Amino acid sequence: MDMALPVEHGMALAGILFALGLVGLVVRRNLLFILISLEIMMNAAGLAFVVAGQAWQQPDGQIMYIFVLTLAAAEVSIGLGLLLQMRRTYRTLDIDAVAGMKG
Amino acid sequence: MTSLALIPLFPLLGAVLLSFGYRLGDRAAVTIGVGSMALSLLATAQVLNTFADGDGGALSQTLWTWFTVGDLAPDVTLYLDGLTATMVGVIVGVGFLIHLFAGWYMRHDLEGGPGMTRFFAYMNLFVFSMLVLVLADNLLLLFLGWEGVGLCSYLLIGFYYKEPANAWAAFKAFIVTRVGDVFLVLGLFVLFAAFGTLHIPTLLAQAPEVWAEGDAMATLAAFLLLGGAVGKSAQLPLQTWLADAMAGPTPVSALIHAATMVTAGVYLIARMHGLFELAPTALYAVGIVGALTLLMAGFAALAQTDIKRVLAYSTMSQIGYMFLALGAGAWEAAIFHLMTHAFFKALLFLASGSVIIACHHEQNIFRMGGLARTLKFDYALFLIGGAALAALPLVTAGFYSKDEILWLTFANGYPVLWLAGLAGALLTSIYTFRMIFIVFHGPAHTEAHPGHGLAHHLPLILLAILSTFLGAWIHPPVTDLFGAGHGGEHSHALKLTIEILSSVVAIVGVGIAAGLFLGSRERVARLVADGHGARLWQFWHHAWGFDALYDRVFVRPYLALVRLHRIDWINDTVNLIPALALKLNARLTATQTGQLRWYALVLFAAATAFLLLLLVP
Repeated sequence: MDMALPVEHGMALAGILFALGLVGLVVRRNLLFILISLEIMMNAAGLAFVVAGQAWQQPDGQIMYIFVLTLAAAEVSIGLGLLLQMRRTYRTLDIDAVAGMKG
Repeated sequence: MTSLALIPLFPLLGAVLLSFGYRLGDRAAVTIGVGSMALSLLATAQVLNTFADGDGGALSQTLWTWFTVGDLAPDVTLYLDGLTATMVGVIVGVGFLIHLFAGWYMRHDLEGGPGMTRFFAYMNLFVFSMLVLVLADNLLLLFLGWEGVGLCSYLLIGFYYKEPANAWAAFKAFIVTRVGDVFLVLGLFVLFAAFGTLHIPTLLAQAPEVWAEGDAMATLAAFLLLGGAVGKSAQLPLQTWLADAMAGPTPVSALIHAATMVTAGVYLIARMHGLFELAPTALYAVGIVGALTLLMAGFAALAQTDIKRVLAYSTMSQIGYMFLALGAGAWEAAIFHLMTHAFFKALLFLASGSVIIACHHEQNIFRMGGLARTLKFDYALFLIGGAALAALPLVTAGFYSKDEILWLTFANGYPVLWLAGLAGALLTSIYTFRMIFIVFHGPAHTEAHPGHGLAHHLPLILLAILSTFLGAWIHPPVTDLFGAGHGGEHSHALKLTIEILSSVVAIVGVGIAAGLFLGSRERVARLVADGHGARLWQFWHHAWGFDALYDRVFVRPYLALVRLHRIDWINDTVNLIPALALKLNARLTATQTGQLRWYALVLFAAATAFLLLLLVP
C-alpha cells in the first residue's frame, strides 16, 4: 500500500466539498437542505483529518473523524428536532421566514 | 395667667381641621372657619382685658426654643405690647367680621361648587400667620409669619385657579413681594451681624448704644427693612401687585389686601421705630415713598372702571398716608390710621362684595349705575365708608386719623410731605365719590337683588359703626411706646387752621366729584374722548404704566437672559457621548437582520479573514 493517495488530492477534494457545502448553506432557504449542507461541510472536515493522518502516518486523524461523526450525529438530532418544531409552528421550512430576532 | 398662645392657636386648629376635613359640607366648613375666629376673639378679649388692667407693661409668653445654631437661639415667644395689642385687635376683630361675611359671600360666589373648606382653611391659616407676625418677639419668628401671610395671599389670590389670569395675578403678587422679602432678610442679616441677636426689645434697647444717629450701618439696616416693608405694603416701587391681587374673592381683598396683611410693612417700621430714628435718611425716605405712592395711587384710582381696583388703589394710597406719617415721626398717628383704615376699608370691600353679588358678579362700575334705589342698605354703607375714606370732618373715623397725620406732618416740620398729603386728600374724596356716584346714581344698567341674612348684615353694620366717629374713640395704647407726641409746642389755633383746611379740601373734593359725575357726566366723557385727555386717562388707568415699564426693564431682559442660558455648551459636550453611542448602536443593530444565512456568510468571511491574517505575513 505504498501507492498512497497524494495528500494534495485528498485536501483539494476536502476543500471542494467544504466549499460546496458552504455555498449550499448560504444559497438554500429550506432548512432541510441547510442541514444536509452542514453535513457535507462536516464530512469535508472529517476527510481532511483522515487525509492528514494518512500523510503523517498518525492515527490521530482517524480518531478525530470518530469524534466528528459523534458530533454530527448529535448535531443532526438537534437539527431535525428544530426542523420538526419549525414545521409545526410556522408550517414552513423557509429559514428566511423566521427572522424575528432582528435589530 | 392669660395665655397669649390661645389667640393664634384657634385659627391654626381651624386651618388644620379644615385641611384634613375636605369632605366636610359647606355648612360645617363655615362653622369651623368662623367658629375658630370667634374663639380667638374671646381669647383676644381676655388678653386685652388683662393688658388694659396691667400697668402698660408688655405681656410675654415663651413657648419653646425654636432651634439653636451657634449664637442664634430664637425662642418661640409671644410678646404683646400696645402696638401688638392694636394689631391683634384689628386682625382678630375685623378678621372675625370678614370671616362671618365670607360665609355669606362664598355661598353665593361658589354657587354650590367645591372649595368652601379650602377657602376657610386658607383664611384661618392667614389669620394664624398674621398673628405670628405681630406677636413675634424676635425678627426671625416675625419673618416666619411674614412669609406665611405671603403664602396665604398667593393661595387666596389664585383661589379661582381655573382662570389663568388669576394664577398669573397670584404669581405676580408672590414674586413682587418676594423681591421685598429678600431685602428684609438682608436687613435681618445686618442686624444679626451687628447685635448677635434678633430679639426685638433687645435690639431696640441696644441700638442707640451701638450706633450713633446717622450711622452708615443703621441707615443700611433701616433701608433694607424699608425694602421689605414696601414690598408687603404695596408702596412704590413694588406696588404693582396689589391691583392685580383683586383677582381673589372679595372677602380676601378685604382681609388681606386692605385691612391686615398690606399694613404689615407699616407695623414693621413702627415696631423697629428705634432703629429708624437712628437713621433719619431712611426715615425721610419712608415719608417720601408714602407721599409719592399716595399721589400716584390717587391719580390711578381716578381712572379705574373696576370697583375693586378703585378700592385697591385707594388702599395703596391710604397706606401711603401711613408711610408718610411714619416718615414724619408721627408713629401714633400712623397706627391710628392703620386701625381706622382697617375698619372703613374692610367695610367698603365687604359692601362692594355685597354689591357685586347683588349685581350678579358684575364688577365694572359703568355697568352698575342707579343702585341707590334698589340697594339702599349698601348705599348707606358706601356713604359711611366713603365718607370715612375721604375723611369728611367730625362724623367719620378717617377724619380723626388722617387729620392727625396731616397735622403732625406739618407740625414736625415736613411742609412738602404735608402738601402731598393735602393734595392726596383732595384726590381721595374725588375718586371715592366718583365711584359712589357712578355706582349708585345715574341710569341703571343692571338689575340688583339685595343680599339678606344675619351673616350679611351684622358684619357690615358693625364695621359701619366702627367707621364713624365712634371708631375713632378707640385710641391705640401706643403713646408709652413711641414717647410723647410731637408738635406740642405749636399753638392750638394753628392746629385748628390745619384741621379746617384739610376738612375744606375733603369737602371741595366731594363737590368736584358731584359736579363731574353726578348728573350727565358729559363733560368728563368729552374730556377723555380723545387727544391728551384720552392719553392721560389711559396712563392713569394703567397706573402710570409701571407694569409696562417693569416688563421692559426687568421681565424681558430676564427672559432674554434665560433664553441665553438655555444654550449650555458644557451640557452639549457631555451630551455628545451618549449621542455618539446611540448613533453607533443604530448602525450596529442594523446588522442584526435575523437572517440565518447572512450570519453564516459573515461568520465564514470573518473566519477566512482571520486565517488569512495568520497565514499571510
